[in-house]
Amino acid sequence: MRIPLSWLREYVDIPHDEQPEVIGDRLVSVGLELEEIVRMGGDNSGPVVVGRVLSIEELTEFKKPIRFCRVAVGAANGHPDTPGERGIICGARNFVEGDLVVIALPGTILTGGFLIASRETYGHVSDGMICSERELGMGEDHAGIIVLPEGTADVGAHAYPVLGLGDHVLDVSVTPDMGFCLSMRGVARELAHQYGVALRDPGLELVDLPAPESGEPHSCVVDDLVGCDLFTLRSIVGFNPTAPSPYWLQRRLVLCGMRPISLAVDVTNYVMLETGQPLHAFDRAKVRGPIVVRRAEPGETLETLDHVVRTLDPEDLLIADERGPIGLAGTMGGLDTEVDADTSEIVLEAAHFTSRTVARMSRRHKLSSEASRRFERGVDPVLAPYASARAAALLLAHGGGRYIGMTAIEAAREPFLIEMAVDLPGRVAGIAIPASTVVERLIAVGASVADSSAPILVVTPPTWRPDLTDPADLVEEVIRLGGYEAIPSTLPQAPAGFGLTERQRAMRRVGRALAAAGYAEILSYPFVGDAELDSLGIPSDDPRRSMLLLANPISDEQPGMRTTLLPGLVAVLRRNVGRGMPDTSIFEAGAVVHLRAGQLTRGVTDPPRPSVANRPTDAEIAALDALLPDQPWHVGVALTGQRASSGWWGAGTESSWADAIEAARVVATAVGAELTVRRGAAPAPMHPGRCAELVVGDVVVGYAGELTPRVCADAGLPSRTAVMELDLEPLLAAAVPVATAHGLSTYPVAKEDVALVVDASVAAADVELSLIAGAGELLESIRLFDVYRGDQVAEGSQSLAFSLRFRAPDRTLTVEEVTAARESAIAAATQALGAHLRS
Amino acid sequence: MSAPNKSFDPVEVADLRPEAIDAAVADALVAIASASDLDELKLARLAHSGDRSPLALANREIGALPPQAKAEAGKRVGSARGKVRSALEQRQFDLENDRDARLLVEEAVDVTLPYERRPAGARHPLTTIQERIADVFVSMGWEVAEGPEVETEWHTFDALNLGPDHPARTMQDTFFVGTEDSGVVLRTHTSPVQIRSMLDRPLPIYVICPGRVYRTDELDSTHTPVFHQVEGLVVDEGITMADLKGTLDHFATAMFGPEAKTRLRPSYFPFTEPSAELDLWFPGAKGGPRWIEWGGCGMVNPRVLAACGIDTTKYSGFAFGMGIERTLMFRHDVTDMRDMVEGDVRFTLQFGQEV
Repeated sequence: MRIPLSWLREYVDIPHDEQPEVIGDRLVSVGLELEEIVRMGGDNSGPVVVGRVLSIEELTEFKKPIRFCRVAVGAANGHPDTPGERGIICGARNFVEGDLVVIALPGTILTGGFLIASRETYGHVSDGMICSERELGMGEDHAGIIVLPEGTADVGAHAYPVLGLGDHVLDVSVTPDMGFCLSMRGVARELAHQYGVALRDPGLELVDLPAPESGEPHSCVVDDLVGCDLFTLRSIVGFNPTAPSPYWLQRRLVLCGMRPISLAVDVTNYVMLETGQPLHAFDRAKVRGPIVVRRAEPGETLETLDHVVRTLDPEDLLIADERGPIGLAGTMGGLDTEVDADTSEIVLEAAHFTSRTVARMSRRHKLSSEASRRFERGVDPVLAPYASARAAALLLAHGGGRYIGMTAIEAAREPFLIEMAVDLPGRVAGIAIPASTVVERLIAVGASVADSSAPILVVTPPTWRPDLTDPADLVEEVIRLGGYEAIPSTLPQAPAGFGLTERQRAMRRVGRALAAAGYAEILSYPFVGDAELDSLGIPSDDPRRSMLLLANPISDEQPGMRTTLLPGLVAVLRRNVGRGMPDTSIFEAGAVVHLRAGQLTRGVTDPPRPSVANRPTDAEIAALDALLPDQPWHVGVALTGQRASSGWWGAGTESSWADAIEAARVVATAVGAELTVRRGAAPAPMHPGRCAELVVGDVVVGYAGELTPRVCADAGLPSRTAVMELDLEPLLAAAVPVATAHGLSTYPVAKEDVALVVDASVAAADVELSLIAGAGELLESIRLFDVYRGDQVAEGSQSLAFSLRFRAPDRTLTVEEVTAARESAIAAATQALGAHLRS
Repeated sequence: MSAPNKSFDPVEVADLRPEAIDAAVADALVAIASASDLDELKLARLAHSGDRSPLALANREIGALPPQAKAEAGKRVGSARGKVRSALEQRQFDLENDRDARLLVEEAVDVTLPYERRPAGARHPLTTIQERIADVFVSMGWEVAEGPEVETEWHTFDALNLGPDHPARTMQDTFFVGTEDSGVVLRTHTSPVQIRSMLDRPLPIYVICPGRVYRTDELDSTHTPVFHQVEGLVVDEGITMADLKGTLDHFATAMFGPEAKTRLRPSYFPFTEPSAELDLWFPGAKGGPRWIEWGGCGMVNPRVLAACGIDTTKYSGFAFGMGIERTLMFRHDVTDMRDMVEGDVRFTLQFGQEV
């Protein structure tokens, strides 16, 4: 909402010398957002006056047509020898002799420091400039010079007040609860309270209209008194369709950001800006029969003023005549009944439509208008006849014509009362607010209070504040008018808490551990599409294809919610490589979305909607939660290039399947859960020979290893790119919350190295497990330190070298004990896996 | 010869005369002093202090002396050997010092060589700033609450007094799951976590709720469809707006230093009444301290409490919320939203393990 201060001052006596910035601050402090303050006409200075074109001499000898004009500027002329007259060269052609124009006299400095001086040009002395809007900084119009309507001002008059130059316009945005501030009336009320001055409320003043002359005012019918509880029509005949809007009115519309169109349209807009009441003017000659307010019938259409043909919904509330729809109630009129250059009979509609009706219609038709914005937020339900009287008076005054009366239909209005304990505002604010102050502020917003000394105030909110429905709303008014800066600062004492949950701490540890292991965290969008899953080679029957789909995705290529972190990791890895970082290791932790059994990718169409008047029952809450998919947290890594760099110290190492698997172990260690790495399935996009199953208990929780060469190629990644993804939920569930300490033995350790030859297909982890099982309790630790395949072992076999450490808690082990344990370990591996000692 | 050599040792193999002993000592001292390194000193030690050295032989000769001569000769030779030994020790000490000092020089390396064998990782600042915020409130006894990102419309809108006709519920702002009638959306704010907290937790409630939220904005330098918020919620007996203000002031100073403070301006949110915009006085702002729009807040609308079954005659509450991306942007002078969401590791690596 743009507020010209000169207009605002008509309703409220803001101190004359108050700076616009201070006024803006006051508006901010009561809850309006100040976007900007614009000074109209920038920083023009000097003599700009109204003049009249006396004669025009066309100069044709130049490349472009030029006019030498004699103009009258009356008393403003500084030349004693040519009283009231001077000559000016002008290139514009949109004016005729006798027109009122705006003249910058020599000495004027226009915006940008452009000095107007008397000068000789085109063979004449040009003694000033006839101005366009753009030259004066009033607007962008440079098609021609300003031509003022006759009667706008006297010749020689100072042009600034006529043009609104030097006026300040406050551009404020209005929150949905303050719809009443989408009017001069509403903003003036807020400032009247701020400055402690009286308000001249244009919404409470019933303008005197002439007594209706003979003639039949247009009749109306309201079929839906719920959607429309007040409907008025005022009829005017004999209107002069060519009468222009008065210049001051046009200027105010422009200052408010609206374009002047015609007197009838301008007046409805003007009164809407002034009072907040949307109005609509119909050309009565184009309306057939009574005007009816009703719901749409199936199949009806309406071409609205914006030239869009709209198919109407049975819920739409219409203005209609005998032939059909002529307007969307409170939203936009129809094209067929629009006032035009021949309109001499006007029907002026002013009505109250419920906000819900208009909001839904506006949403349905994706049509937001000045009217619908106001109705959605709530328009004063009794304002219509006042506003239409004001508009009718303006139409009669400037367009002539005869007023022939009003027809109206009104639903019965129930008085609306709110009860509020008088001390409630103070209790909410945390400061004592005297009862008298509470009552005073309620009255200032326009409410009435039945008994100002009662402990429970019975408050009737003002009609223009449909947002005031609850005691809390009144509390806000009282605290708001006192200023939020009056509220002190105290710190509430929370009861002793329990800190982060084990899950929350574990999540932090996972992130820290991966970062410490060299992975950089990324956060990718969780939107995926089939193309990305295709490029990962994920088959069409894979459960990861069962995505929850969005109705309105950002991109049609990515309509689903991710079921796996891999697409995001792969895309981000590729981006980093593409940006010149070939050695990149990244991780992401976040939720994925898995449909539960029976859930559809498009959800349900009849979800439960429990009442919000009270707490829903447990069954209702359970039914709500049943709508939701599983959203487990996964963690994943992706890495490519050198994992350890080469350098002056020697060679680096390329990232590989081993790094990815190790990342899973890092995560498990951080969580505090036992993770088993084993050979198993290798679902796409994993390399079947270079992928490990990650297992917690008996449950496969994820995979780690290299991508297949094909996927690397398709996804635009370097070969040997490795990834890991696992489901954190089972890992977290398996975490041991409190570790048990084992006593430390200080007896000497006995070290034994064992090299075992097994078939090349045997997994090292299995060999290790059998050694552990065979070694018995004396085994303290075991570590695989070498893998050998080559000439020194048989074809198709491998040598695995383990370092075993034995120690007893209570004694120094004898050589015999250690040897026995070692032999037992080897025997177990031999029996289980055919291992034999390397010779 | 100090005494007649009679029956004890007929053969005189070493010269025990004082002059000879003195000469041997002098020879030894010269040899020791002229040893320029530990190897030469080792040779000198062998020559002048070894088993076959003149003094050792002289010492052995003492046994052959008549008893009356032994004492004097022994004293003389012992003194001489002591001189040599101490000269050797001193020289050994000096040469070892020299050698050690030389070694330190010779072994010097270029310590400025880079050694990035295992490049560091880092955590994303959007993660760590959420943790930092959570820590501020956990230190006050609050708890961290979480909820699902795919959320019911009831939790996201209805229970928060955002009625069915509220403009926020259009596809302009909200990602709907499946169809617009599914009752399921991607949460547009973290406020449904407040609802879940009020439904699930015993009173009083002091929770902070960081998390990921969604709105249908295209990605540009100041917007992203996927972003993060943090909200705080308190429901207790006698909670006031002053408590809200005090909590925000404490939060501001914890995050932005002791000069930070907050300012409230009236505003409107359906789920709070009264509602306020929250401005932060940011002392560290580039170009000097200034007010920055930080978030929204207010007293929990009693309708919201009622929807969660909380007795509004007994309990009141406050809530506040702010954008994490925005907070990170002004706190760390991040100028382009895209840097935070594209996953460029160069962005993450600037921040290390904490912010």
